[in-house]
Amino acid sequence: MPINIRIPPPLLPLTGGKSEIEGTSSSIAGLLEELESNYPGMKERLCDDQGELRRFVNVYLNEEDIRFLDGKDTKINDGDEVSIIPAIAGGSGEGLRCQV
Amino acid sequence: MLHIPQSIIDEMTAHAMSLSPVECCGIMGGTTSGDDAHVTHIYPIKNEDHSIVSYFMDPKELLWVHKNMRSNKLDLLVIYHSHTHTQAYPSATDVRLAFYPDAHYMIVSLEVKDQPDIKAFRIVKGNINQDEFSVTTPSAS
Repeated sequence: MPINIRIPPPLLPLTGGKSEIEGTSSSIAGLLEELESNYPGMKERLCDDQGELRRFVNVYLNEEDIRFLDGKDTKINDGDEVSIIPAIAGGSGEGLRCQV
Repeated sequence: MLHIPQSIIDEMTAHAMSLSPVECCGIMGGTTSGDDAHVTHIYPIKNEDHSIVSYFMDPKELLWVHKNMRSNKLDLLVIYHSHTHTQAYPSATDVRLAFYPDAHYMIVSLEVKDQPDIKAFRIVKGNINQDEFSVTTPSAS
């Protein structure tokens, strides 16, 4: 059984408008490479120059933020659902959380 | 054109005023048909920053809202927040962190207390364009 990957609206242009795609990787790190292979440009949107997930990109394995699991080393099992959700933030001034 | 029921505008405004001087934030979902988008749901979301100058939507609540909208076949139409001490115009922070080019960014300004000023914008690649929207009432819809 493949894993299901939920793609957020800002990334739909990269997947041809598909909001749900399938993957076969067994870890988040592998999944990022798989996404880049199938949808070029995806990794740049999700990761920084060091290959780490961008601060304002949240990746969930089922209901859990992978930052509270094993990060990119988090294992994925058949039938799992991975959701990619860019943070939504801003405000009238410069808050501490918003200083990139 | 974006269409928003008066009741949802009222709920957003009440959300902003109840949290002031802290900024509020939330999402509106609805349906899109051609050039028209109709808001049907509002999702107030916890401001994890709990700040008077910034907001950061609680990631857990954001995940839940995305799933709820998907199960209800709703599009993410509006991302709203309040400016409790400044005008209803995107700040440099708002522009830098605008990751949803298809969304309408709505700002409720409480710069003049008890006279909320509400404006909507598109923010695409750093460019700000004010958006028109209509407020609908039950008798008019």
